[in-house]
Amino acid sequence: MKLSKQEYDQMNKQASPKSKLLPDCLWAFFVGGAICLLGEVLRTLYGRWGFALTDAAALTSATLVALSAVLTALGWYHKLATKAGAGTLVPITGFANAVVSPAIEFRVEGLVTGVGAKMFVIAGPVIVWGMMASVIWGVIYYFIRPLMGG
Amino acid sequence: MHFLWAFLVGGALCVIGQLLIDLTAMTPARILVLYVVAGVVLSALGWYMPLAEFAGAGATVPLLGFGHLLAQGVVDAVERHGLLGALTGGFSAAAGGIAASLVCGVIASLLSKSKDQS
Repeated sequence: MKLSKQEYDQMNKQASPKSKLLPDCLWAFFVGGAICLLGEVLRTLYGRWGFALTDAAALTSATLVALSAVLTALGWYHKLATKAGAGTLVPITGFANAVVSPAIEFRVEGLVTGVGAKMFVIAGPVIVWGMMASVIWGVIYYFIRPLMGG
Repeated sequence: MHFLWAFLVGGALCVIGQLLIDLTAMTPARILVLYVVAGVVLSALGWYMPLAEFAGAGATVPLLGFGHLLAQGVVDAVERHGLLGALTGGFSAAAGGIAASLVCGVIASLLSKSKDQS
């Protein structure tokens, strides 16, 4: 069967699943919101146990990262992510998943070029560009600080 | 009340990510990069701090909050060490989150076997 590009696009469109924008967004909203709610509960608990505000926030991140690592290792995070999409990607648990998941997957390629290198396949770009942005902002801040009367 | 706002704001920030996935076909790596860089920019403009105070973990748990953390770290470091702080502030502030992820990654890779993802 010979098809022009337009015909192919048309067929492709018909065969693709109907837009699931609304259910996708609802899943992302409730799962993402729930992860943040858990973060707020942890932050409140750590605050109540006497940790300073910034320490409580750092401990909250570390706890969520560890939790995400366990769920990733069990294969549950991936299952949730297929439903929740950005709801599991955007929170810090998604960043942890992006580190832990390739670390496990590429263990067979060794500890150095497998685990050590492939761990950064997604986290690497995030760290590189986050750091670039922060350095640029730091330089700008250094020069505008006198103007701000600081 | 702050629990409700954490849920609503955190959920809303995730919906923005979902719209980017569905409408623009951006890859997860690009979305994470965009969120962190946007967090730095919003924080630099002074817009993220009010949100973080209002929504707590709803603003700090999404990766925008990671960018906010970097931007704040760099401001603190510049205050203390001058221009050198521009180089040291970001990594200092992000150290906890990044180190926790790396340690978890290594431990998980040693303890867990790769399984079929489908």
